[in-house]
Amino acid sequence: MIALLVRDIRLAVRAGGGFGLGLAFFLLVAVIVPLGVGPEPAVLARIAPGILWVGALLSCLLSLDRIFALDFEDGSLDLLATAPLPLEAIAAVKALAHWLVTGLPLVAVSPVLAVLLNLPAGGYLWLVISLALGTPALSVIGAFGAALTVGLKRGGLLMSLLVLPLYVPTLIFGAEVVKRGAAGLAVGTPLALLAGITAGSLALLPFAAAAAIRVNLR
Amino acid sequence: MSIWEYANPKRFMQTSGLLLPWVSGLTLACLVAGLFWGFFLTPDADKFGSTVKIIYLHVPAAMMAISAWAMMVVTSIIWLVRRHHVSALSAKAAAPIGLTFTLIGLVTGAIWGQPMWGTWWAWDPRLTSFLILALFYLGYIALWSAVENPDTAADLTSVLAIVGSVFAFLSRYAVLFWNQGLHQGATLSLDKEENISDVYWLPLLLCIAGFVLLFVALVLLRTRTEIRARRLSALLARERLA
Repeated sequence: MIALLVRDIRLAVRAGGGFGLGLAFFLLVAVIVPLGVGPEPAVLARIAPGILWVGALLSCLLSLDRIFALDFEDGSLDLLATAPLPLEAIAAVKALAHWLVTGLPLVAVSPVLAVLLNLPAGGYLWLVISLALGTPALSVIGAFGAALTVGLKRGGLLMSLLVLPLYVPTLIFGAEVVKRGAAGLAVGTPLALLAGITAGSLALLPFAAAAAIRVNLR
Repeated sequence: MSIWEYANPKRFMQTSGLLLPWVSGLTLACLVAGLFWGFFLTPDADKFGSTVKIIYLHVPAAMMAISAWAMMVVTSIIWLVRRHHVSALSAKAAAPIGLTFTLIGLVTGAIWGQPMWGTWWAWDPRLTSFLILALFYLGYIALWSAVENPDTAADLTSVLAIVGSVFAFLSRYAVLFWNQGLHQGATLSLDKEENISDVYWLPLLLCIAGFVLLFVALVLLRTRTEIRARRLSALLARERLA
């Protein structure tokens, strides 16, 4: 399992630039929104939680097709499927690797981008906490979407259509945590619900993803 | 005699062929009677005027939009467990119908909302969750059409339908949390004191029955079409081999 994790991270960091791309996209979203809506600090402060969460979600989406597609094309997914490790664990490990190379850097740079977007001071801590709690759910839901579309020629667009509705609850609760945190309100309820979604997705979706991979490898 | 006999396409075609004209006729009778009664023979409501009559389309369409997804989940599970092709094909057949009902619900709601709420659209929990439901239908239909091998497509869409319904439920409650509603609460519950008055309730019931029958008739028709298309492609494949 660890070998697979290390291999996936190495591949992501060294080959093909998938690693920096998501981060750069996140940065671009945060830069482009003020250009579009105008530079008034009050407006930016109001929309900052939503923009940061939507940006995180989109940059996560951008790199999803790398989770299984490359391995499917060169046949290593077949090898992995016949390996002693169950396919469910492989799906979970690959989602974890995806989170480590896209979700975790997003969490790390989000405070910097929050400065750009003039997030109120109380929101920073909750931004980091909500992203750290929520992005694993994004990765594992995305792994399920990637598993569904892995056999298709042009799966990328279809995958966005499938995955984005699945991201809705995570997005709502994640952005709500930051919004309430920034306004100085209690964040307990949305935070607990966000954690619940992440825990549930982590527990159940690897099974669904593995089922979809089995079908696609048939 | 068990329901699984209809897993045989031949039996299904025979019985559904017999049933279809009756169900269609009954649909027509219910809808014509219900809509005519609702539109022309009920009084205008004192607060809403004649706009209230859109509920004869809005409420049944919205109910069937959700029921259609539920039916797709059940038939998907049957496909995954028992591998009956008719079951998978009926889920495929139901999806565009469900999407249409969802859109009818959204559009009639917008038409009603413009004079009543002064806006075509509001980010109300019910409206938002219906929009998300429409996205789920779109994704489901797109996945069916993207995968070439029919068995693979049936498997993948079944998994999607099951996972999707969990997330559709979550979204439903997430948007409740996220925004306060403009949409009025349920007035058709069986267990509540305050319900819609009988003048509107009876024609509405007839319309709901009509929409349920319409759904059944359309699903039967489309499943029959799917089975015929499957037979045709099998024949063509055989032709090519010979």
